[in-house]
Amino acid sequence: MDRAERLQALHEALRQRILVIDGSWGALLQSKGLEEPDYRGERFADHPLSLKNDVDVLNITNQDIVREVHDAYFDAGADIGTTNTFTSTSVTQEDFGLQGDCYELNLAGARLARERADAWTERNPDKPRWVAGSMGPTNKTSSVAIEVSNPAIRAIDFDPLKDAYLEAARGLVDGGADILLIETVYDTLNAKAAVVAVEELRAETGLELPIIVSWTATDLSGRNLSGQTVEAFWNSVRHAHPLAIGLNCAFGAEELRPSVVELSRVADAPIAAYPNAGLPNDLGEFDETPEITARHIGEWVESGLVNIVGGCCGTTPEHIRQIAAAASGHAPRPIPTRERRMRLAGIDPFEVVS
Amino acid sequence: MTGERTDVTSDYETVEATSQRTASFINIGERTNVTGSARFRKLIAADDYEAAVEVARQQVQNGAQILDINMDEGLLDSEAAMIRFLRLIQAEPDISRVPVMLDSSKWSVIEAGLKNVSGKAIVNSISMKEGEAPFLAQALKVKRYGAAVVVMAFDEEGQAETAERKFAICERAYRLLVDKIDFPPEDIIFDPNIFAVATGIQEHNEYGLAFIEATRLIKDRLPYTHVSGGVSNFSFSFRGNNGVREAMHAVFLYHAIRAGLDMAIVNAGALPIYEEIPKVLLERVEDVLFNRRTDATDRLLEVAQEYSGTTSTGLVQDLSWRELPPAERVTHALVNGIDEYIVADVEEIRPTLDHPLEVIEGPLMSGMSVVGDLFGAGKMFLPQVVKSARVMKKAVAHLIPFIEAAKARDGASSKNGKVVLATVKGDVHDIGKNIVGVVLQCNNYDVIDLGVMVPMQKILETARTEQADLIGLSGLITPSLDEMVQFAAEMQRRELDIPLLIGGATTSLMHTAVRIAPQYDGPVIYVQDASRAVGVASNLLSPTAHDDFVTKTRADYAVARERHLGRRNNVARFPIEKARARGAAIDWAGYEPPRPAALGLTVFENYPLDELVDRIDWKPLFQAWELSGSFPQILSDPVVGESARGVYEDARKLLHRIIEERWLRARAVVGFWPANANGDDIELFTDDTRDELLATVHSLRQQTNSERDRENLALADFIAPRDSGIPDYLGGFAVTAGIGIDEHVARFEADHDDYHAIMIKALADRLAEALAERMHERVRRELWGYAPDESLDNEALIAERYRGIRPAPGYPACPDHTEKRTLFDLLEAERNAGMELTESFAMTPGAAVSGWYFSHPNARYFGVGRIERDQIEDYAARKGWTVTEAERWLAANLNYEPQREARDAG
Repeated sequence: MDRAERLQALHEALRQRILVIDGSWGALLQSKGLEEPDYRGERFADHPLSLKNDVDVLNITNQDIVREVHDAYFDAGADIGTTNTFTSTSVTQEDFGLQGDCYELNLAGARLARERADAWTERNPDKPRWVAGSMGPTNKTSSVAIEVSNPAIRAIDFDPLKDAYLEAARGLVDGGADILLIETVYDTLNAKAAVVAVEELRAETGLELPIIVSWTATDLSGRNLSGQTVEAFWNSVRHAHPLAIGLNCAFGAEELRPSVVELSRVADAPIAAYPNAGLPNDLGEFDETPEITARHIGEWVESGLVNIVGGCCGTTPEHIRQIAAAASGHAPRPIPTRERRMRLAGIDPFEVVS
Repeated sequence: MTGERTDVTSDYETVEATSQRTASFINIGERTNVTGSARFRKLIAADDYEAAVEVARQQVQNGAQILDINMDEGLLDSEAAMIRFLRLIQAEPDISRVPVMLDSSKWSVIEAGLKNVSGKAIVNSISMKEGEAPFLAQALKVKRYGAAVVVMAFDEEGQAETAERKFAICERAYRLLVDKIDFPPEDIIFDPNIFAVATGIQEHNEYGLAFIEATRLIKDRLPYTHVSGGVSNFSFSFRGNNGVREAMHAVFLYHAIRAGLDMAIVNAGALPIYEEIPKVLLERVEDVLFNRRTDATDRLLEVAQEYSGTTSTGLVQDLSWRELPPAERVTHALVNGIDEYIVADVEEIRPTLDHPLEVIEGPLMSGMSVVGDLFGAGKMFLPQVVKSARVMKKAVAHLIPFIEAAKARDGASSKNGKVVLATVKGDVHDIGKNIVGVVLQCNNYDVIDLGVMVPMQKILETARTEQADLIGLSGLITPSLDEMVQFAAEMQRRELDIPLLIGGATTSLMHTAVRIAPQYDGPVIYVQDASRAVGVASNLLSPTAHDDFVTKTRADYAVARERHLGRRNNVARFPIEKARARGAAIDWAGYEPPRPAALGLTVFENYPLDELVDRIDWKPLFQAWELSGSFPQILSDPVVGESARGVYEDARKLLHRIIEERWLRARAVVGFWPANANGDDIELFTDDTRDELLATVHSLRQQTNSERDRENLALADFIAPRDSGIPDYLGGFAVTAGIGIDEHVARFEADHDDYHAIMIKALADRLAEALAERMHERVRRELWGYAPDESLDNEALIAERYRGIRPAPGYPACPDHTEKRTLFDLLEAERNAGMELTESFAMTPGAAVSGWYFSHPNARYFGVGRIERDQIEDYAARKGWTVTEAERWLAANLNYEPQREARDAG
């Protein structure tokens, strides 16, 4: 299948069934006990900074381990594999001194995912696999004050952030990603910068570049770090016409449910939901077993709240296997049509009835 | 599309339908706009973003559903200002909950804004005035950033004026946006240009109707779109007349909303209800709006003046606290100074208790004790406490009939104590006294306020019949000090033992200790400011603390007296003859005094108040509320800033009404006379021949013995002496801004609104001072005209960086208040300015300033300070007084202890 055929099949599949997205990458790779030399490989043997725990660099230096994770998730039943590029923007990679290698990190990450997805599709053409290029929120916020004494100061401005996302997106698309996954949006303005970057890439390449934008809550009141509610967030990114609007990470499936319900009520787009396996405990391990996570998600599926399900931090191929089983055979959430209305947002939503 | 708009009349009141905020007519807050709000512009220009953020907060609190933000000001870096302001409000959840409207004529500012908004904003605005290509390029960016957009009915040809062209442009824009770049039509807002009507130009008469027609066409034919407009343009011809303007806005909105108007940039707090607009006004405004008659403009102008004062003040507030239990609502109302619901809340509680008094002793007092705690902890300040007291008073006023009825049944009530307050005979100043009264009442004292100019007999008589526990005297002018001394002596004569409290601007611990306390064996306590009043009262009335407190105060005063005597003995003054020889060294040879443009009197019957607003020196207003700090820094002070902002805002609001509704009338009279000095006297003549003496002004001379002050000044030094043969001149003035104040004070007081009763007096004082300042400026530039080219800003004026002085009788350079009689006679101030003098030479109305004008470049302000008996004798002879009289009127300036019999002469 070429890109256009894959996307056509994706749209078709979304109408017919609940798709499964894969699980944790960072936490999973970090749990494999890799040491500094495993991260550095030959390429970065002399790199001046430590690269331990920069799991994205493995796309270049230790590709087999990345392939293994893809294979494990596809084997567990994931329809959509996410690239191992969550932190591969120049903004975040600056911590490791790899801000100059981000195009390549994304390109390599997308190529690996593409290769494994295509292999699994070839094995079972009735279950095509897609690649979602992961674009994380970065470690800098453009909308929240970083200095108490001067609340107008930001860690990063919109334009440099947008440029970083543009570079990442270019690598992902060039490497074969079908979807761009703007995920773990704790800062809506960061996400909007990513959206503008994708728009620019669309204008430049003329390609259809579907995106999924996925929100995360940073406190139990159901708001993200920008202070927005789920609905305000939806109003703020709906202009991007995402393939799906998502919720991920956060405090575990149970805590995420109210947000899923709320988003399901307001969004006239498919819903993707892929929670954490709870929060890390004192030992840094996640408490929610595959059974627990799958039970929650199974309930969402039965309640008709979701179109794409999967896992985030702490979930394993076994989680994905059980989530896929829970989703199997259930109808996807029908996409509601909402009245055409102007829907604005501050941190709260505002709807104009006229 | 319009199915939801059934009840049109209430549409422009905020509609918050459900927890999900939806609205069918949208108020866009207009105050965070530097082009529309002078105040906001000043705050931004002064870099006072903290106060600017408060403006935004208030807009939201008052019901703005979207905040319009505009930083288009030539001298600003508009982009930087937009970014900074957006980032600051982002950090305030109670502001950032509403969407923003990025308002600029510069695309770069809008784009900078779009890059700093997390939510979905509205861009205001884009248009086709530069053609289709830039219009589409900007629209495409708006779409990418994810915002709605206002499109002006503006094309390559200019702004559309007729309904047809307005619609044609909007339709063309719609097709381009929707067809070419797939812009969501529901995110398009058309602004078909509201222009001013009733301008006197016939072509403008159709403007209102054209907008409404265009609105109807747009809503009918361009699906999903919205219409907005800046309503204040419509009434622009009537600026200055807010009564008519607000009515025009309400009428315009009423009809435009029916035609489909969805939102408007509007001052939501200032819209009357359509149904409540007076019929005549309504009809004439509608005639103008619909261009129904050729003489519509004239007919509206005819009645406009009549309605200039009918502004509305309704604001939309957060009422969630109304859900609390009644006792908590009472506390909330007291702490926040909200008096609207207090009677209802009290009435809800009253039947649940056995005795109506328990409402006071229970929920009201516990609410006031919260207020007291916050006040004590420095978390609330006097202005807020006074507002709390207003609420308390209302509640108590409501309960009194019930308490009286219950009293008839049972027994009397228990208060902390009863205090009689008065401003002494001859004095009219009462702001501080009123504040003390309120503070005491807040603390459950029974206060009997006898008002101003109260003779001592009446005060003492009231204290006796009411069995008062305390008497409090207040005064501002120096003769009041002597009145207090005599009052204390009278208390002694009557063998009373009630404690006497002394307060007021010229009173002091020293004066109280040295002059008043020795007259009376009972406790005499100086109360420095209102916040001390409660402490003093509770000590005096506490059975346990009373003795210690009185003993300690007596000891303190004895020490003060010692110090006073010691200090005096250390400073030997010059004999008056020696002091005269050390007068101002002015070389009169070759000096030609400027001759006033016109000698005699110039009268200002009704001085326009709006001319004075920019000349107000605000600092004393804050001092009146016991908030110290310089202006405008005080507004951002970390401790009192919030309180100061509240005072400032309330003051500006009240000032606005005072001016718009002509509550106060300002009058002024200025005069100039040929004058020459004769020793320490200044002689005025009837005309330039200087043959006939008109009046003599007496000045007092410093007798300070100090190496540093090489001169011993008297005001007469600044006038050319008679024997120089140089023709010199003296000016005089009397101004007031307090004509008509009494009825407004009475109205506020009747409404238990001490806060505004005090505020209006404080504002009238400020206006009078501003008028004096303005008059002096006009004297320098035109009326006397010796500095025609002077140009100073307000700050420089307040700092007195100009030539010439205007000393006031009763103040340091000329401390003799009785000289005001001469000044008033010369000016015929009673007739020309409606001003009078009391027996102590205080001016009425209280908001008044009078004084002399000196033009010599060396003239400067100074303080006469303490003087010796030799000058008193000399002065008494010049004035035709006995020495005793002179000592009485100049008691505050004596550098010696007058003989005891002086006491009985008054």
